[in-house]
Amino acid sequence: MIRSLNMLSHNHIPSASRADVGLAFWIAGFVLLILMPLLNVMPAEDSWIHLSDFSLNRFGKFLAFAILALGLDLIWGYTGVLSLGQGVFFGLGAYCMGMHLMLTIGNESVYGSELPDFMVWNQVKALPLFWKPFYSFPVAILGAILVPTAFALVFGFLAFRSRIRGVYFAIITQALALVAWLVFNRNETNLGGTNGLTDFKQLLGFRLSDPGTQRALYVLTVLCLGGAYLLCLWITRSRAGRVLIAVRDSEPRVVFSGYTPANYKLFVFVVAAALAGLAGMLYVPQVGIITPAQIGVLPSLEMVIWVAVGGRGTLAGAVLGAVSVNLGRSLLTNYFPELWPFILGGLFVVVVLLFPDGLVGIMRHLKERIQNMRVTALSAEEGLR
Amino acid sequence: MSDHGSIIYLEGVVVDYDGFKALNNLNFIVNYNELRVVIGPNGAGKTTLLDVICGKTRPVAGRVIFGKDQELIGKREDEIVKLGIGRKFQAPSIYANLTVWDNLDLSLKRPSKGVFSTLLGTSTAEERKKITETLVTIGLGDYAGMRAGSLSHGQKQWLEIGMVILQDPSLLLVDEPVAGMTDKETEQTGRLLQSLAEKHAIVVIEHDMEFVRQIARIVTVLHEGTVICEGTVEKVQSDARVREIYLGRQKVTHG
Repeated sequence: MIRSLNMLSHNHIPSASRADVGLAFWIAGFVLLILMPLLNVMPAEDSWIHLSDFSLNRFGKFLAFAILALGLDLIWGYTGVLSLGQGVFFGLGAYCMGMHLMLTIGNESVYGSELPDFMVWNQVKALPLFWKPFYSFPVAILGAILVPTAFALVFGFLAFRSRIRGVYFAIITQALALVAWLVFNRNETNLGGTNGLTDFKQLLGFRLSDPGTQRALYVLTVLCLGGAYLLCLWITRSRAGRVLIAVRDSEPRVVFSGYTPANYKLFVFVVAAALAGLAGMLYVPQVGIITPAQIGVLPSLEMVIWVAVGGRGTLAGAVLGAVSVNLGRSLLTNYFPELWPFILGGLFVVVVLLFPDGLVGIMRHLKERIQNMRVTALSAEEGLR
Repeated sequence: MSDHGSIIYLEGVVVDYDGFKALNNLNFIVNYNELRVVIGPNGAGKTTLLDVICGKTRPVAGRVIFGKDQELIGKREDEIVKLGIGRKFQAPSIYANLTVWDNLDLSLKRPSKGVFSTLLGTSTAEERKKITETLVTIGLGDYAGMRAGSLSHGQKQWLEIGMVILQDPSLLLVDEPVAGMTDKETEQTGRLLQSLAEKHAIVVIEHDMEFVRQIARIVTVLHEGTVICEGTVEKVQSDARVREIYLGRQKVTHG
């Protein structure tokens, strides 16, 4: 009796078994890490299976977004705390990396100055003090993770201690996104204003225009995504992960069970911010530009749509949603650029109303139907005998 | 007065909602290992009584002593939980998207419930045994792996009772456990509470007189925030004032 109960308790993931998740992980890993780079390098350029440098690079960008989406899924999908400010943490990571890339341009810049071009343009005579540490690559890397982490720690501490939840939390995080957008837009902030940071040349001596460098960045992004996925999987499968779901289901009962929900929310909020920072850090050298337009209210909302479309509270859904929505955007903006906002908005409405569990939900539903058909077919056969 | 072995001792408690006295000079004593049922018409102050004990409502006067000499007034709800008072809410309050097992596992009393110990923690064999025993006690032995949201209403109520007893409280507060249950479920709930009363002191609030007769040893009748009668079911039912309050207010009094 005890034994059978224990077995049940360990197989508690209802719809996707552990074997399924493991298999999907290895298939995705093989395709992203081995197959796609090979299709980029091996076939002749005019071959139909050749993957262009542009496509691979574009995919690298989507996968960076997927890292952010994983974090958002932890805080929103699992814990039920909607953050409309993930773009801010993404931006902090991206700007840390961008500042380093700006400084490594050196005198290759348009004005030939050691200072970034926009500073020359804005008649800034000396490099501002807060830029100086970013000459160092390790500082940039650490900063891209630790600055958003520290910021989320302070912001989250204040918000969750004050018991701000539900729609109020969503609103103040949206306000945060607006504030960040305004601050980064100002020339006085010395972060490039509206034009942001761009015109990067090299990273650690490797030319960013070289397809080889971009391929390496792609592979690095895939590895980071894999690591982020495993981290999130570990969190969600621990007892703490079940506390997160419990907070979403019934926060008062969690208090009566002896937990402090504010601490759990703060923990996932900080993890989500760190992942968003990592995403921003990987995004910048691959895309070559970061501007306030990528971190404000609208992009932060779009991030929520990725997770909703993919399926909340599933991790895989976050990755799937980030990649498919952005792929859709890339393809559709080529043909109907002015329609994209409507398509995105419509997609969100359709998903929320008709497919609350997103793409993952649809796939699970199809799988169940196929299984049911098999069962019916089998029992029909039995009946014939 | 408070050192005569009671687990919860209320003296002269007054709760004032803008002039309306929800509890009016209430005295209420429950002893260790007692199963006490509190009845009374709507608005008599039954739920307020539980709110006062578990720290949700603060009285303007009186004393609330838990155990030998632990004053409860002024303590936060979570502090009171840690002292050993568990509460089962009126509406089932469970984690719908977790399995029955995980609902119990999260509720189990553990030395630390902080983020990092929970992140790294695994269950010991002893903890699993406790959960299994509780599953059997609440009659959900075959449902360990089921999503709690898929349970029937009655099963959800039992699950929540199981969650509360795994916190190992010495006093259990149960608010209208059988509301909305079938007759069979009601009877099973009665047996469950009686078996729990062997180890815990329990205060049950109830409307259903049939159920009260099944489980009660001593019944306390509240009316307008004070105790008007206390004793065995027979004594309470033959009390003239109790009859007066109930007749005309409720169709069925079983008096």
